[in-house]
Amino acid sequence: MAPLLSAANVSVAFKVGHGRHATTLAALDDVSLDIGRGEIVGLVGESGSGKSTMARVVCGLQTHENGRVVFDGQELGYRRSKEQRRAIQLVFQDPYASLDPRMTVRQTLAEVLRVHRIVAKTDLRRRCEELMDLVQLSGRLLDSRPGGMSGGQRQRVCIARALAVTPQLLVADEAVAALDVSVQAGIVNLLADLRTDLGLSILFIAHDLAVVRALCDRVSVIYHGRIREERPCQELFDDPHDDYTKRLLSAIPRLDGPRTAGLESGALRHA
Amino acid sequence: MTTLLSIEDLRVAVDIGGRAYDALDGVSLSLSEGEARGLVGESGSGKSLTLRAVMGLLPHGARITGGRILFEGQDLLANGGRLQRKVRGTGISMIFQEPAVALNPVMKVGEQIYDSAMRHRGLKKKEAREYAVHLMELVGITDPAARLNAYPFELSGGLRQRVMIAAGVACRPKLILCDEPTTALDVTVQEQILRLFAHLRDELGAGLLYVTHDLAVIAQLCDTLTVLYSGKVMESAHDRRSVFAAPHHPYTEALLAATPRIDGTVKRLLAIPGNAPSVMDRQPGCPFAPRCEYVTEECQAAPVSMSPVGDSWDVACVNPLSPAAESTEAAEGAR
Repeated sequence: MAPLLSAANVSVAFKVGHGRHATTLAALDDVSLDIGRGEIVGLVGESGSGKSTMARVVCGLQTHENGRVVFDGQELGYRRSKEQRRAIQLVFQDPYASLDPRMTVRQTLAEVLRVHRIVAKTDLRRRCEELMDLVQLSGRLLDSRPGGMSGGQRQRVCIARALAVTPQLLVADEAVAALDVSVQAGIVNLLADLRTDLGLSILFIAHDLAVVRALCDRVSVIYHGRIREERPCQELFDDPHDDYTKRLLSAIPRLDGPRTAGLESGALRHA
Repeated sequence: MTTLLSIEDLRVAVDIGGRAYDALDGVSLSLSEGEARGLVGESGSGKSLTLRAVMGLLPHGARITGGRILFEGQDLLANGGRLQRKVRGTGISMIFQEPAVALNPVMKVGEQIYDSAMRHRGLKKKEAREYAVHLMELVGITDPAARLNAYPFELSGGLRQRVMIAAGVACRPKLILCDEPTTALDVTVQEQILRLFAHLRDELGAGLLYVTHDLAVIAQLCDTLTVLYSGKVMESAHDRRSVFAAPHHPYTEALLAATPRIDGTVKRLLAIPGNAPSVMDRQPGCPFAPRCEYVTEECQAAPVSMSPVGDSWDVACVNPLSPAAESTEAAEGAR
């Protein structure tokens, strides 16, 4: 079966600097990525590796030079129809910044439902409650504003907003990075449940490999705009092939690992 | 080993809307030379506030309302904080989470590193510059002589954090307060910074009080552990290894269960239900009671004080978990 989303040989370059310093920066260099139906694919890398640029290309927020993005049998460009945009939704890192502080949760959700004409006006109330149910939030929160909510609750609202238009693919760009571990665990579990219950496909972008390991089926490791390794999750963690992946995995602090050794003794001169 | 820092029953109040609320509610901990103590907790638990109180850098609207902070046996808060001002930079230094915010954007990084050395150690400018180059080498900044004249915006996040650490250790402080110094960094950079801290701990005998929400970082760097929740110490132990193996406080256990692991079998993470309480609605009893799976009536009735459960191991819990209760039948029975 053809994958739901198939990005092949995508490249993106940015112009940086001015005048004689002008040069181009290859943010993505020949990147390919497949996401199957109901699959959770992780995209991991350090800051500046091109993770978010890839998310933007997939969502149609960024033009790309070469390559093709094929979604559900259709090639997608930068310009997309409403239906094409609806099918892929994005959840951002910072729930504090991506919600309008002046709008109640109900207004936030209703706006999307209205613009996309998802439900009749009389059904708005019911649909809002369904969405809250889906992200495991109490319907009582519908009339509160983001200011009075915790980080985890806000991120759930962001997910509910993304789900309002019944997308097939959810792109989560560092969606759990800003949260405490106890809350982060809840969001990770929610994404896993949504996949099981709705058959949702998820592109999970993160820098934290431990979280990726807890959630994803397959992982792509990206470094300097290039995919270094692409494997099923368990395999990649058990037996990394690429040198960069190995270095990345060995740098992760472990709960039961050995105590970090200091630098070579005498490295510090006593002035 | 001599005790470097001792915080006794520290209380800090914050003013919100004209009312004072206890953000720190009787925090006690101690630290010896060459000891690295991890201070963990969720956001809003008072981790940063504790460090800022020691440093005398409490934000506007927060003030110390009780308790003592002793540095090498002397009260830092006596005489209107005269000693605190004296040791700030030379005896105690602090490394902040966000180097982009903590560094002065219009001052060259070299100057920011040697500024305190010139002031406190009386170095001449030329010596100070040489010293700064040495410090930059030490923290792993390549081509330090050229970078001396760079401004913070010209450096990457990892380099900026190293500049801040170099500035922090310039006067050879005995105590380094670290406020999530690696949270904003990539793991490969974090690894190098952790090695640098380990070096300062082992070679210079500096005491580290390391605040983080990442238990794995604590595991790598720290020997002793204090768990904070809602401005109160929940669990405090001299051997962080045994705490991670079998915690006595339900909150510590819940934190460990919520942390994704990088090895072992993949298990579903256990989220802690509910939210951390706001400073404005503190309960009379154990602050974790509303989210605790072992909660009893006793927990919510009266404040819970710390009591020993082992060798230098204290827990603030009415029914501390015992290793035997780890099995599910025992946990069922307790409920």
